[in-house]
Amino acid sequence: MTASADDAALDQARQQAQAARLRQVWATPGGWRYWSAVNNSEVGLWYTATAFVFLLFAGLLGLLIRVQLAVPDNDVLSAELYNQVFTLHGTVMMFLFAVPVFEAFSILILPEMLAARDLPFPRLSAFGYWCFLIGGLFVCGSIFFNAAPDGGWFMYPPLTTDLEQSGIGADIWLLGLSFIEVASIAAAVELIVGVLKCRPPGMRINLIPLYGWYVLVVAGMILFAFPPLIAGDILFELERLLDWPFFDPARGGDPLLWQHLFWIFGHPEVYIVFLPAIALLAMIIPTFAQTPIFGYSWIVLAAVGTGFLSFGLWVHHMYTTGLPAISLGFFSAASVAVAIPTGVQIFVFIATLLVGRATFSVPMLFACGALAIFTLGGLTGVMVALAPFDWQAHDSYFIVAHLHHTLIGGVLFPIIAGIYYFYPFITGRKLSDRLGRWAFWLMFVGFNISFVPMHFTGLRGMPRRIFTYPSGLGWDWLNLVSTIGAFILAAGILVLVLDVLRPKGRQPYVQRNPWRAGTLEWLTEMPGEDWGVRSVPIITSRYPLWDQPDLMRQVDEGRFYLADAEEGRRETLVTSVLDAEPMQCLRVPGNTFLTMAAAGLTGAVFIFATFHWWLATAVSAVLALVAIVAWLWTGTAIIPEKPSKPVGRGLELPLYASGPDSVGWWAMFITMLGDMAAFASLVFGYFFYWTIRPDFPPGPDAGPGVAWPFLALSLILAAWALTLAARRWNRQGLSQNLQLALPLAALLALAGTAALLAGPWQAGLQPQAAVYPATVWLLAGWTACHVVIGAIMQLYGLARSLAHRLTPAHDIDIRNIALYWHFTALTAVVTVAVLALFPKVA
Amino acid sequence: MAAERALQTAGGLWTLIVSPTVWAVHFTLCYAVAAVYCAKAGGGQAADLLPVRAWIAAVTVAALAIILWSGHRALRQWSAGAVDPPHDAATLADRRRFFGLATLLLAGLSCVATIYVALPALFIGDCR
Repeated sequence: MTASADDAALDQARQQAQAARLRQVWATPGGWRYWSAVNNSEVGLWYTATAFVFLLFAGLLGLLIRVQLAVPDNDVLSAELYNQVFTLHGTVMMFLFAVPVFEAFSILILPEMLAARDLPFPRLSAFGYWCFLIGGLFVCGSIFFNAAPDGGWFMYPPLTTDLEQSGIGADIWLLGLSFIEVASIAAAVELIVGVLKCRPPGMRINLIPLYGWYVLVVAGMILFAFPPLIAGDILFELERLLDWPFFDPARGGDPLLWQHLFWIFGHPEVYIVFLPAIALLAMIIPTFAQTPIFGYSWIVLAAVGTGFLSFGLWVHHMYTTGLPAISLGFFSAASVAVAIPTGVQIFVFIATLLVGRATFSVPMLFACGALAIFTLGGLTGVMVALAPFDWQAHDSYFIVAHLHHTLIGGVLFPIIAGIYYFYPFITGRKLSDRLGRWAFWLMFVGFNISFVPMHFTGLRGMPRRIFTYPSGLGWDWLNLVSTIGAFILAAGILVLVLDVLRPKGRQPYVQRNPWRAGTLEWLTEMPGEDWGVRSVPIITSRYPLWDQPDLMRQVDEGRFYLADAEEGRRETLVTSVLDAEPMQCLRVPGNTFLTMAAAGLTGAVFIFATFHWWLATAVSAVLALVAIVAWLWTGTAIIPEKPSKPVGRGLELPLYASGPDSVGWWAMFITMLGDMAAFASLVFGYFFYWTIRPDFPPGPDAGPGVAWPFLALSLILAAWALTLAARRWNRQGLSQNLQLALPLAALLALAGTAALLAGPWQAGLQPQAAVYPATVWLLAGWTACHVVIGAIMQLYGLARSLAHRLTPAHDIDIRNIALYWHFTALTAVVTVAVLALFPKVA
Repeated sequence: MAAERALQTAGGLWTLIVSPTVWAVHFTLCYAVAAVYCAKAGGGQAADLLPVRAWIAAVTVAALAIILWSGHRALRQWSAGAVDPPHDAATLADRRRFFGLATLLLAGLSCVATIYVALPALFIGDCR
């Protein structure tokens, strides 16, 4: 045997040994332990599948609505059940399908698009999934007990705050969905850090797949859109549970505040569900045109621009509430302006199709159908953006037609295009081309037969949400046509479901990269391996599989980074934000049931609270805290056995990073931005009441006074300062100082909490009496909760230091705690300024 | 400081969103001032909006100035179109050009959107 043949054989043996080690490290557990998996490929799949089950459930509810409305004076559903059905239809579609499916799908495919082994916080993804599943089943299941929410998906008070008019369904909506919103924010944090920090070396920010840009924008939007809703939910539940009169005009409240908070969430939400679907088109269209996207920068413009403008639209849902015309004008202007970036995307897609040579396979059919339907929905959107037209169409079936055009054209069709496109990526097999064409034409025709007539039903005056109507108003045959269309649409979805579920065991695996795409997720083998990517490549192009010859072979042979798992740990690369220079070899935690337990216990807190079982709620809360601390203690900020390791190609990378170099610091920073958005919403509430009420605040001396709040502020700021000192001492090697400072800081924090609450207590403010005392208690309580959590963190830091898991060289924990305290200190400053000083100047 | 370094490396991302952020601030200042004025000024629906309209004119000029400044910087960063898009090379220069172009486009959009939002003040004179 020659020397070179000898080398080749050795090389092959080495590669096989590496692959075996990787396979073992990333293996999916078998049997019942399968459900302990946290890897993105499993969690993403469960998440996506669950979201689709909710879609089908909500679709069936939609069919029930159409059955009831098919003929005049129908009595298939009672009025009460009809209310529950349409409320749950909208709620499930928006909260349990449209938003989660983006996060689910992104968890599934984003790491592969970025040639990362996993996202930086796999256990957080798993936690989010279990929260979603529990909360979703809770909300959906309620209808089988005749206990579903029935006040419409936007839950307007005073109908829904009236305990006589609305049963436990409203509480299920508020608590079940709040729980899911927390999971959504968790996923958003994960995805932002993933796009910014987990790209392959060389993938500068001008090279990332457009899907990555959309993920970044949408996750950022979630971060600022969901917190106002959570803040609104808190007000709402406090009113239902404790009779704090935030929305009760008799005691100074105002139902309009809920409308503001809901739509500050609700309108960005529309783009939160629309942009990711467009992102799928931005991946699919270049593949089938076999040409790079025409106008990459324009897509970035459109995504970022829409992300911002979408926050200036919310009042266009409130044109009929009697706001001054000048206010309506601002929102109308922004609503028209947002059509510009939206249109840019559509023109970019059309241009790409014209530049390339498009092949019309099934994903492209759905993509084109999506553009056609969405364009019509967008145009009616510009119509209802104009206040005078909206006054005529408001709450009529015209709106129902408009929103279904945007959502089905802008979300559902692109997602189905995505299913056909990514199905081989997930299972290694293609869906049937013939069934796909059947599904498309049934859905496209059925959609148009169902929803185009609704424009006319609406213009003829049919209001939305009525459970039946008399004949002779000119609505009869239009409704019948809509119902027939709905069943044709449903038949198309049934064909799709059958195609997805039919056994494909005898069907051969497709070849790798079956659509001849250019992006990295198609490096996957057929069927895919659990490790995601065999080695993390160096990227020099937007479409590496088109432009970097031989990339697939080199990746497969382990020629790039992290081709091995010598220490038996799951690892992925962390790179710099702009230029994707390798910075760290990140060890990601492996499978565990802890996250499932933490989600179950957190879910129990919300569910027991719905039924007012307070003891069970308290016990679950304590157990949930224990589970989360156990998860943090065992799975985060782990000190590696050596400071650095070679990751291949002669590159040595650190295994530990803290502060802004670490992914955990960024996650804390991003989470706290969301937290600030929720706090800002509560402060907005305070000033909202001030604008509408002459007696808010009732007088310069009516509030919690100045002494107690300022004492509280001093104590809280002292706790903050001590935390910063502890961080500094720790870095200087003075661990014992940290161990003295942190418990002292926790004591100061708790004393500050007591002083903060003592203000309204001593002033005798009764939260049930009027909206002013309720708002004061709310802001003080919010801040108090944050300070108490901060104190728990300080004690956690102390324990970590005593256990030598927090050391001068390994200081992730204290740096993240200090970061949390920056935001808490800011919260306290604002709260005290508002509560103690504003009444003096108002 | 590591935090400063992190902000510097993220610099392109922050400059990218300067002009849409200005749009958002301008929007908030117009809306909040008009809403508070109409609620508090007295005179009810007949209250004359003149002070608010003057305010909107002032913040609009300021906002447009910042947006134009951001756009001008972006134009230079993009090297004024000396190199055609798509700016998809794996180089620092192309990354800068890409950011320049995207920032410029966003400045254009923000400029249009800011003018849109200011327009109602031209036509509406009271709090009805």
